[in-house]
Amino acid sequence: MGNTGHGETLLFWLGSIVSVLGALGLIFSKKIVHAALALCSVMLCLAFFYMAQGAVFLGVVQVVVYTGAVMMLFLFVLMLIGIESQDSLTETIRGQRFLAVPLVVAFGAVLIGVYAHANLPAFVGTDAVNAKGGGNVTALAQLLFSRYYWAFEVSSAVLITSAIGAMVLTHRERTTPRKSQREQSIERFERWGRGERIQVTGLPNPGVYAQHNAVDTPALLPDGSPAEVSVNATLRGRDTVRGFRPLPLPGQVNGQVNGKQSAKQSNEVSQ
Amino acid sequence: MNPANYLYLSAILFTLGALGVLIRRNAIVVFMCIELMLNAANLAFVTFARMRGALDGQIIAFFTMVVAAAEVVVGLAIIIMVFRTRRSASVDDANLLKY
Repeated sequence: MGNTGHGETLLFWLGSIVSVLGALGLIFSKKIVHAALALCSVMLCLAFFYMAQGAVFLGVVQVVVYTGAVMMLFLFVLMLIGIESQDSLTETIRGQRFLAVPLVVAFGAVLIGVYAHANLPAFVGTDAVNAKGGGNVTALAQLLFSRYYWAFEVSSAVLITSAIGAMVLTHRERTTPRKSQREQSIERFERWGRGERIQVTGLPNPGVYAQHNAVDTPALLPDGSPAEVSVNATLRGRDTVRGFRPLPLPGQVNGQVNGKQSAKQSNEVSQ
Repeated sequence: MNPANYLYLSAILFTLGALGVLIRRNAIVVFMCIELMLNAANLAFVTFARMRGALDGQIIAFFTMVVAAAEVVVGLAIIIMVFRTRRSASVDDANLLKY
């Protein structure tokens, strides 16, 4: 089995182009989400390569574990810490970037040179081993639970330790006791008594007495004025708070007279 | 095509991962580049398994995946913890052992 078939040759060249482009995209893309997608494409190409080389189980595990679990974990962390965090351009070690490129090129040249000059034996292929064990998965399992049994046990300890480690690292100890609603209320009244302009009562929810049940609709206070604080601060910052139609005051009789006008106004509101 | 081309591809991918680790500052991108290096090493292992006609290389690649999963969990937890205290995911900002 010195050479591969035409199908695998085509797969290799297509996949190698995609994976090298993906690796370059990982390094040079400005947005981190694009880098994550580029890494996903590299991992998918590697899964195809594993399957083409007779490692069917590893190919499936590559898709499920790497592209599925690990990359999703990366995306979750991206959501937590924000995607707009930019790379800083200040260099702590001066000239590091310019030194890194020739260093890495030299390293790659050494690595490729070693492969080029190595006296590699002819490729045997894994078809015989897979067939002997009754399929790739079975053959791997026989090896895993006999010769590599101890390493398998230790890897379970590694997984449990890392799970506990992640929980310990991300755990936040509460340093002050939690304030009860009563204490919060007393504190608000004390601040109000000192002359601060704060809302003494609890904040109204969006949509209370409102004319629409969307979260960008401000609640109406008992005097009919809108409470802007009831809308999420992000929406207020974007200035997308929905307008409102003034309610008729009890003394005025404008329910029927202004019917058309109010309908027109409500159309404007809903736009 | 000689199957040894897979080895050259894995060397190129490993080198690109190392380049990313050296020139990028964002901790998450650095981490993803480390994952790329681990994947390149896995490809070399699988190719060597094919060369020798034995499945030991695939077993080693399997263990690499296990260790990489554990490493990602702990590493991302550390990144989140550093981000909580410093409001930054840059590796340059975390240059003090305390504070």
